Amino acid sequence: MALIEAIEITKTYRLGEIEVNALSSVSLAIEKGEFIAIMGPSGSGKSTFMNILGCLDRPTSGRYMLEGIDVARMERDELATIRNKKIGFVFQGFNLLSRTSALENVELPMLYDGVAAKERRQYAAEALATVGLGGRERHHPNQLSGGQQQRVAIARAMVNKAPIILADEPTGNLDTKTSEEIMELFVRLNGESHITVILVTHERDIAEYSKRRIYFRDGVVVSDESAGGHRA
Amino acid sequence: MINIPSIVSISFRALRVNKMRSALTMLGIVIGVGAVIAMIAVGTAASNKISEFISSIGSNILMVLPGATSAGGVRMGAGTQSTLTLNDADAVEKECPAVARVAPVLSGVAQVVYGSQNWSTGITGTTPDMFIAREWKIDSGRVFTDQEVRSAAKVCLLGQTVVDNLFGALDPVGQVIRIKNVPFMVVGVLEAKGQDPGGHDQDDAVYVPVTTAQKKLFGTAFPGMIRIMYVQARELADMSAAERQITDLLKQRHHIGPHQENDFTVRNITQILQAREQSANMMTILLGAIASVSLLVGGIGIMNIMLVSVTERTREIGIRMAVGAKTWDIRLQFIIESLILSLIGGIAGIVVGVSSSELLSALAGWDTIISPFAIILAFGFSGLVGMFFGFYPAYKASLLDPIEALRYE
Repeated sequence: MALIEAIEITKTYRLGEIEVNALSSVSLAIEKGEFIAIMGPSGSGKSTFMNILGCLDRPTSGRYMLEGIDVARMERDELATIRNKKIGFVFQGFNLLSRTSALENVELPMLYDGVAAKERRQYAAEALATVGLGGRERHHPNQLSGGQQQRVAIARAMVNKAPIILADEPTGNLDTKTSEEIMELFVRLNGESHITVILVTHERDIAEYSKRRIYFRDGVVVSDESAGGHRA
Repeated sequence: MINIPSIVSISFRALRVNKMRSALTMLGIVIGVGAVIAMIAVGTAASNKISEFISSIGSNILMVLPGATSAGGVRMGAGTQSTLTLNDADAVEKECPAVARVAPVLSGVAQVVYGSQNWSTGITGTTPDMFIAREWKIDSGRVFTDQEVRSAAKVCLLGQTVVDNLFGALDPVGQVIRIKNVPFMVVGVLEAKGQDPGGHDQDDAVYVPVTTAQKKLFGTAFPGMIRIMYVQARELADMSAAERQITDLLKQRHHIGPHQENDFTVRNITQILQAREQSANMMTILLGAIASVSLLVGGIGIMNIMLVSVTERTREIGIRMAVGAKTWDIRLQFIIESLILSLIGGIAGIVVGVSSSELLSALAGWDTIISPFAIILAFGFSGLVGMFFGFYPAYKASLLDPIEALRYE
């Protein structure tokens, strides 16, 4: 059984009188432990696809099987639970809570999972240590560099032991050297913890870290190729 | 589901970020709760004063005063003509079935002397029924007896104020005082009753048998004359029957024809006072209601700020939703935030309300009574306000689309 199975997913937006197909009958399967880059020009439907994979949005039609369960028709709160337990998000703009310490940012998913305060703190500290930020628990986002902020976000994405990390342009706001460090962190998590990493990027050298690249154009998958991956 | 202590700490953090804004929002509730408590304190004191007087005057009391409201074309106040006699009082007591007892009153002002001390006070001639009707207890000694009334004995009862002024710490019972140079033996001291709503000290009085008052103190040309008849009806329900019976009896005794004006007036004191008490209660409710409006305005202030806060924190809401916050996690966060604002405001409001009531009584000399009921009411109401006005912003926050919210700049 595939970890993720998208079956003829279509997403239609209404812009006034006109209906726009952001995704037209996209089908693909992702196995556990894959490292995937989703690529394509803007307007190709890759972001829409990411949002559906991340359970932030629901397809207009089609089925989305996550660990064998169809989540396409789930209610808002059921999707929230899926996001909490199965999916970690890493965004281009980090999306950390400002005026909140790194530790508390990482604790956030556990907060909504009903984990007791003491365990929350312990697991969050461990996750921060894993991404190389041990000793910076008390720092606030504005006291951290971009690369460090993105590491906090990655710690937050993995702290609930989610099997999937969705990273939307995670290096878009970072310089080349920091980008490489962040990508190596993803590679490590993928290799050591067998976390499935799904990356959205338009940068070819970033995509080269992946083992499989999927190209979107005009709402359809135009190519899906496996590669050596894990550059470096 | 997120646990409440975590939400509370999140909410406190959010409120601390905008200290000034939170404080100003709370101020609306502080003023509202404070106003409700202070207004109810003033109102309660006013109506308490009246009900205290009602109980001090006795239950089911009618007063019969001599004189009509007009006589010979000249309008006269009730009590301006002395047309009631002791015999009238006896007749009312015996012949009116709805009447339980009658205490005749003949009063005047005189100087009272004990040793080197003197005190000018009201002297009331009456019968022992007076103290039964008014449920007025004796502090020490005894009440003068019906026998002493019949024999016009020179005995007297003193109010506390008179005792304080003439005797100080001494025990007055058994001592002899002089009223208009007539020696009277003090047989008892009355329990303190305090002021009536007019501010008149009810304890500044000396009571003597009515017959003694007539013969020795306020003797008049008209024998047996009294100033007021103090009548107690058997039951509250008998009040109007008693009023009718007294009117009919006195008309007959005074030979007043059907078209002639009465030379006496019957007043239903209990009814008058109850009406006054009712209007005082009304006033309390009115004051409280007006103050509640400011609490309501404070609540609208909270809603306003919470709506701004939800908009400002759209991205935060998006992040929370992305990591798994459910509808009620978001709602509770904002409701609790607004609840914290209103409850802290409520506590501060209680402090402000209580201290401003104290200040009112200290500076303006107003009586205020802070009832726990008013405090609980105002505090509970502020909590409800917080919940009610926090709900809409919280509801709005919980309906945000996570994708849109995450993109919000």
